[in-house]
Amino acid sequence: MSTSASHTQETAILQAEDLPRLLEALHARRYQVIGPTLSDNAVVLEEIRSVSELPVGWTDEQEGGVYRLKRREDEAYFGYGVGPRSWKQFLNPPNLRLWRARRENGNLQFMLDSQEAPKMAFLGVRPCELEAIAVQDRVFLGKGYIDPVYAERRASLLIIVVQCAQASGTCFCASMGTGPRAESGYDLALTEVIDRRTHHFLVETGSERGADLLQEIPHAPATDAQIAQAWEISRQTARQQSRTMHVEGLKELLYRSYEHPHWEEVGARCLTCGNCTMVCPTCFCMTVEDSVDLGGRNAERRRRWDSCFMMDFSYITGGSVRYSPSARYRQWLTHKLATWHDQFGVSGCVGCGRCITWCPVAIDLTEEVRAFQGKVRGSKEKTHENA
Amino acid sequence: MTTPLLENAAAAWEPPVLEPQEAAPMLPRPYVVNRVRQETSDTFTVELQSADGAKPFRFKPGQFNMLYVLGVGEIPISICGDPSRPDTLVHTTRAVGVVTRAMRRLKPGDVLGVRGPFGSAWPIEEAAGNDVVIVAGGIGLAPLRTALYNMLHERQRYGKIVLLYGTRSPNDILYRREVEKWRSHFDLEVYVTVDRASDRWRGNVGVVTSLISRAPFDPLSTVAFICGPEVMMRFAVLELQKRGVDAQNVYLSMERNMKCAVGICGHCQFGPWFVCKDGPVYRYDVIEPFFGKREV
Repeated sequence: MSTSASHTQETAILQAEDLPRLLEALHARRYQVIGPTLSDNAVVLEEIRSVSELPVGWTDEQEGGVYRLKRREDEAYFGYGVGPRSWKQFLNPPNLRLWRARRENGNLQFMLDSQEAPKMAFLGVRPCELEAIAVQDRVFLGKGYIDPVYAERRASLLIIVVQCAQASGTCFCASMGTGPRAESGYDLALTEVIDRRTHHFLVETGSERGADLLQEIPHAPATDAQIAQAWEISRQTARQQSRTMHVEGLKELLYRSYEHPHWEEVGARCLTCGNCTMVCPTCFCMTVEDSVDLGGRNAERRRRWDSCFMMDFSYITGGSVRYSPSARYRQWLTHKLATWHDQFGVSGCVGCGRCITWCPVAIDLTEEVRAFQGKVRGSKEKTHENA
Repeated sequence: MTTPLLENAAAAWEPPVLEPQEAAPMLPRPYVVNRVRQETSDTFTVELQSADGAKPFRFKPGQFNMLYVLGVGEIPISICGDPSRPDTLVHTTRAVGVVTRAMRRLKPGDVLGVRGPFGSAWPIEEAAGNDVVIVAGGIGLAPLRTALYNMLHERQRYGKIVLLYGTRSPNDILYRREVEKWRSHFDLEVYVTVDRASDRWRGNVGVVTSLISRAPFDPLSTVAFICGPEVMMRFAVLELQKRGVDAQNVYLSMERNMKCAVGICGHCQFGPWFVCKDGPVYRYDVIEPFFGKREV
């Protein structure tokens, strides 16, 4: 959406001390700038007004069920992984009024809420998150119904990617083909280079809009050595990743595994808290809530994020379709990695690792997938070919 | 029996594309209640008419609307009126939840919110030239009544038309007078059965699926439409297959929780499908690998 076919990619060097100029240029163009900042002992995404609000000199430690902030030995601006929040909160707000209704003189009037969306610039979108936005584009703007809430926000969105310079303990984008380097789909992409001698960003432009923005801030041409250095950082990041997921044949495998006994096993560990769905950058499920004032004249409908792990999510007359934790975990994992392909033509997983970090009992989807791959390959009688 | 691996399950059968009528399908439009009729002890029918001069309501048999009661909530209910009378919207439902109970208390002149129609339809066009067997359980007769109306309007296009209808008890027979009238038609085969008979019932006793084995239709050129509880539909398919009806000629209507009806809230997922837009009417062979599995 933000790329233009006619644009040829440029590279340049932006010195770290000039990063504030980028923010100024965005503010001058009346963008609301959203970026990473520290809050509640985590890196979260919020509106930022100056680069000093970025988590300068901080990093994080992530493992299954573990998230901890730590000081870095340098003053890097973007030296951490993805936090508990994702950009979806700005494109598909967690709680939003859709319409109001009024009863008057025996009639009923419905009034659509106008979707006045802020013009936003996302600063610090990681390659996996860029991919997640592309996945949600297919959900909300794909064939069929086009969601005006999302469309309005997406249309004016400017994206500045930050290429990952270090892997988190839980991420596995390299094996999902979604990172750690984004090559298109952004307006600008920054690679932060920091050592004893230099602190700069290699800037890549991905659109006319990005190229125009670059012209307004101090920059110098990038040497081949500087470009090579940035690419080496990405390669290093990929090598740091300890988790992998083998996606080849995975959709078909999961389609065959609906009645596999491993669902019971993982279901026994799952608390059905829904954390994974809240932190997931592609999970899109929502519910609607109707309310009315005490006089019974004015009502409204809101839409709110929902989770397939909630018991009432599948409620129909007679009870919930998916009442057991194992069936709800099966729904989530199978949706993410299998049915998503049939619905939207891509995987629902981008390998960001959030669902592993934020699971209170450290369920790791890469391990669960391996359990199916291992067992199903190993013992024929458990393959459930007719599933 | 081998089941083909679903490489592209969702693409295997494209339901007819039926765009929502409104430009803003998430926004209800006001409809005024003309009549609320009690059908059985727990079912009732509401008849609605546009309160804001909307165009006649075009829909296909098997589609549903989202009905909203101010301050109570919104639920999906299939449309069960006559498609040739698009001025009146007819919905039959069972009063079992907060919204349906509030709906039963409505009086003529009260106003409801309606959005729709949504979803796929019974393939009555494709069924032409064949025998048609309708298998309905309980309230499942409602969405099938629309299909029956359509086919009766063009009776000469079909072979035998057979209605197999089962309810819990004689008192639960929906549209009783209409069913009796249909039964008097020379060109309509109507069989009714109840799970539990009363002292005065002299009709058939047993589950509706038991009627399939002796119903008069030619299995090799029969299209079947099934609507009812999932377990009943499962056994109906088995009985039809025993008679030799091809899985490709069996259609059934699925039920799932629905909030948006436009395929973005995720609630109605059934395998790779969104029942609100890919369903509710499915061709059986398409959903077979998922149908009947627990908690899908």
